[in-house]
This record gives sequence, C-alpha cells and structure tokens, in this order.
Amino acid sequence: MHSTLADSPLLRVRHLSTHFILPADASPAAGDGKRVARALEDVSFDVYPGQTVGLVGESGCGKTTTLMSVMRLLPATARLSGQVFFKETNLLALDEKSMRGYRWKDIAIVFQGAMNALNPVMKVGEQIREAILLHNLLERDQAEARVAELLEMVGIPKERGGQYPFQYSGGMRQRAMIAMALACSPSLLFADEPTTALDVMVQAQVLELLKNIQKALRLAIVLVTHDLGVVAEMCDMVVVMYGGKVAEYGPVDVIYNAPQHPYTQRLLESFPDLVRPTDMLASIPGTPPRLTELPPGCRFEPRCHARIDKCKTESPPLLEVADGHFAACHLCLGTKARF
Amino acid sequence: MIGGKSRVLCGIRVRQMQESWLLFKRNLSDFWKTFRRNRMGLIGAFLVSTALLLAIFAPLLTTILPKETVRDANGRALTFASPAVHGPLGTDDAGHDVWSQLAFGARISLTVGFLAGFIAMFVGSLLGILAGYFGGWVDNLIMRITDVLLVIPDLPLMLVLVATIRQLDLKISPLTVLILVIGLLYWTSTARLVRSQVLSIKERQFVARARAIGAGHAHIIRKHILPQIMPLIVANTVLILSTAILIESGLAFLGLGDPTQPSWGTMLNFAFDRNAISNGAWWFYLPPGLAIVWVSLGCVLLGNVLEEMLNPRLTGHHLEGEASVIQASSGEAAHAQHLG
Repeated sequence: MHSTLADSPLLRVRHLSTHFILPADASPAAGDGKRVARALEDVSFDVYPGQTVGLVGESGCGKTTTLMSVMRLLPATARLSGQVFFKETNLLALDEKSMRGYRWKDIAIVFQGAMNALNPVMKVGEQIREAILLHNLLERDQAEARVAELLEMVGIPKERGGQYPFQYSGGMRQRAMIAMALACSPSLLFADEPTTALDVMVQAQVLELLKNIQKALRLAIVLVTHDLGVVAEMCDMVVVMYGGKVAEYGPVDVIYNAPQHPYTQRLLESFPDLVRPTDMLASIPGTPPRLTELPPGCRFEPRCHARIDKCKTESPPLLEVADGHFAACHLCLGTKARF
Repeated sequence: MIGGKSRVLCGIRVRQMQESWLLFKRNLSDFWKTFRRNRMGLIGAFLVSTALLLAIFAPLLTTILPKETVRDANGRALTFASPAVHGPLGTDDAGHDVWSQLAFGARISLTVGFLAGFIAMFVGSLLGILAGYFGGWVDNLIMRITDVLLVIPDLPLMLVLVATIRQLDLKISPLTVLILVIGLLYWTSTARLVRSQVLSIKERQFVARARAIGAGHAHIIRKHILPQIMPLIVANTVLILSTAILIESGLAFLGLGDPTQPSWGTMLNFAFDRNAISNGAWWFYLPPGLAIVWVSLGCVLLGNVLEEMLNPRLTGHHLEGEASVIQASSGEAAHAQHLG
C-alpha cells in the first residue's frame, strides 16, 4: 500500500475531541452542574485513498463516536473540537446544510445492525434510490437502473429491490446496506462493525465483498471492529483506541508484530493465535473507565500491568516511536507526534 | 441475535406495527378480510356508514324540505303531529317534518364533526411531530400549551370562545366558527400521542441512516417518521370524530349552533326550548338524540377496532393472522419466517 502513500490523504482527523454535555447530576456532590462525558480526546489519524484503516478497541472506547463525529451525526448535546479535513475542507467548520452535501456523496456509512438501519416500511430498492435522488445525482428512471446495478454488484437479484427488509436474510440486509452506501459513489466508506451480527460464513462473504468493491472502486474504508482477525485481514493501518484516546496507531503488521502500548500488547495476547496456541488466553483485569470520571493520568493506568508512578498523574502524549508508528505511553521512547 | 428478552419483545411489537401498516397501505382487501372478522368493528362501520348515507342522500330519502310546513286537508299547520298522524317521525311545534330535519341535520352534524375532527387531527399530528422530532424548546413550548389546554375544561372554554367570536361580527358563518373552535382546541390528546411515538421512532437507526445520507428534516419527517405514525393517526382520527360530533351537539344544544342550518344538536335545542317534553312529543327529541348516540357509538367502535388492529400494543392476538396474510401476499413463505 505504499504506492498510495504518495497521494495526499483523503481524510485527516486532527485533535478531534468530542464531549457530551450530560444533564446535571442529581447528587449534591456534583456541585454547580453539568457533567461532561469526554467521549473522544485528541484523536488524530489519516486515511489515504484506497486504504483501509481499522479502528479497534473495547465497547465504549469511542470507535463509533469517531465516525459519527466526522459525519457530524451526533446529538445536539455533543461538543466537537479539533479539525476533520476531507480533502481540503474542514468538515467541522461547515454549516449543517453544506455538511449534508458531503454526507453519502463523499462519505458513506454502513451501519452496525442492518435490520435497524433499514426503514422497515420502505422497499429496499426505494431506500437505495432515496440517497441518489436526495443528492440529485440522477433522474428517477436512471436511478432505477443504478439501483439494479448496485444490487447486482453486491449479489442480490435486482427483482428483490422491490421487497421489504424483513423479507431479506441478515447477510442480504448487510449487503443491501453496502449497496446503499455505494449509491452515490463515495470516496470514503465508514463500516461500523459491518459483520458483528452475522455468522462466520456470512461475515466472510461480506468482508470479501467489501474487499472486492474497495479494489474495484479504489475506495478508502474506515473499518470499526473489535475482531482483531478481521483487522489483520482487511486493514492497512490500525488505530487502537482506549477510553476515547488513541493508544496506538500504525501499519497493521507493525502493530501486530511489535505492539508498543501495553494495552495493544494485552489486547493481542487475549486473542487466540493459531500458530502459537496457548491453554489460557490473557485477559485485562478491570473495566474501561467511565467517561465522566476519567483518571487524571493515563486512561489505561488503573488496568495497566506495566504502570509507573508517572502514569497516575500525567497523561502520556502520542509519541512517534518509529516512522508512521505512534503510541501514547510513558514507557515508549520517541518524539512527540506532530499532527 | 438481539440480546435481552425485553428488546426482542419490543422489536417484535414495533415490527408488528410496521407490518400492519404495510398491510393497511398495500393491501386494503386483505386488511378488509382481517377487519371483517371483528364484529364490533363491523357494527361500528355499519353505524357510521348509514349515517353518512343518510346525510348524502337526504334529498332522496325525504319527501318534504325541513323548512316547509306540513298542512292538513284544511290547510292548517300540523303541529306536534305524532308519527301516527304524519310521516315517519311526525312534526315539530311549527309543523316541520322531523324526519326531514333529521336527514338534513345529519349533513350539518357530520360536516361540522368531520371537519373539526380533521382539523384537530391535522393540528395535533403536526404539533406532535414538531415537538417530538425537534425536542428542546420547541417541545417544551408546544407541550406547555398542550398542558394548559388540557387543564381547562373543554366545553366551557369553547362556549366562551364561540360566544365571544359571535359578538365580534366577523362575517364568518356560525358553523365555521364552530368548526374552527372545536378543531383548534381539540388536538391536545392527538399531539401527545403522536409526540410520544415520534420520540421513540426518531431514535431508531434508520432515522440516523436517513441523516447520514444527507437528508434534511423535512425529508426525514415525510419519508421516515410520518409513515410510521400513520396507523396511529388513522385510528385516533376516528375516535376524535366522535368527540367532535358530541361537542358540536353540546354546543348546538346550548344555543350556539346555526338556527338557519339546524344540526342534531340544534334540533335538541329547539325541542327543549319549545316544550316538546311537556307536550309529550317524544318524536321531536328522541330521534336527534339517538342519532348522536348512533354516530358517536359507531365512531368509537370503529376507532377502537382500528386502533387495536393498527396498534399492536393493545393486543397480541392478531399477530398470527397478519403474519399469514403477509406470507400469502409476498408469496415467499421462507422469508416470512423472519417475522419471528
């Protein structure tokens, strides 16, 4: 994928922070007021054309929030800061109306649960067409042909566009969602756990489909998952997130072979390995921190096996430990990342 | 596939509602088949449709206009003639045919009731959608107005309003005033109902998807929210109609109807004013009273059944029936299994 690195990045996320303003706590100890859930803090990464970037981490670590922040689809209680450049435009500085123009036409998203993301009382074909017509890309009759083409592309007979989502199987729904995502020929596709609710066979089909489509259309994909196997197979770059921050970020083979952050190390150890089978998989004790009560130092410190005194008080900056490989840990050596 | 029993149940309920709406929208004949099995609904439909037919064909069903005086062989007006003496329902104190008044009164009563009901439904749905969809201060404002209207007793408020507007000499026909006052005050329950549904629907993921494809608010409301709450609105409208007709009768009975265009309520008002009861002229006051009962009972029966069929929260028994109907209509038995 180094050939693609010559291009300029399609998406540059810079110091993205997302805070949710929560209603004031009822307990008197909360004091003056509004609680803030710091869902994302200082997230930076790049996506190049044709590249697949994996966002991995535990539930609630901010993977989906990152995607939603970029697309600006968060509820009104969210406060965003930082920059998100799509090509040269800072998406966070756009007004809602111009932002709508970017949605789906440039950045499309495949949602987690396809059943819920499809409107149950609209025909699938109609829902695919909806996006095309919304952006005035084609006339109505041409859009019809485009819908058929898209359905065929994901392996669904075009006649079935006239059916409702409940008449589809789980895998078909997910493929229909992918067809829908491709409707406006976006250059960037967000896939939010596209295979989570599917069984292994269908999962493999859907991933294969994504791969083929990516090759054919030179699509950039940001893949959110907690399946490290999927990441290894699909991704060029990995962003490991913990508690709303980037723990480690780098090329997939480097991250897998030489993880620098203790969290990444433990995460990889907790995943079964066919080459070196073990009796017991490692686990990370404890639970992720609550976003309203984050530890003052490193967010992973309470669960870290390698913590030092500094971790309790000081939040580690993102360090460039090797060329293009970043980790946020006091134990790592490197220069401060310049994003 | 989905964790948690309650979520599964909730999902089924929501899907049931959507599928029943599909059924309603796409396959009226199948809907009719399901509906036909319900005796209460059939009775309601019968009651409402006979009243509608009476109103529509009033000129054909009567031999004399309501304002014409019925005279005997000597040319004297027949006053308080019993049904035995004249026509199906006798005459009133001025010798006017009661049956004819009843038939033409149906036009007024039903027109006022239906128009007011539809206005109430429209206003209620619109405000409910706005409040539920946009939330925040819009929601607060609309719901506080709703609360205020809910705590003021309807009838006295409407009485005062109708009477006051009459005083203003606005050159609006009294019936229009009635329609507007009822319609613009009676939307509160619809608004609350619709709001609560919208609140839950707007959190669903396909609305997020609609936003993600770049849809604006108007598009989302029109294409994604409205179809989901339509069954609720349809069922609610029929129920609102009965209330609107009752309120119109109440106001007309209290003398706020249009004396030149008598509705059933106005007839009752006349009967009361002109001592029909002390004269024993039961044929003057019973028919309009029963007609009001007839229509509102019909609306309530019909509305309850529609609500039951379209809003699965109230019942579970129609699930099997609907599943099989969808299965049959889609012609794909295997995929209907996903109905679960």
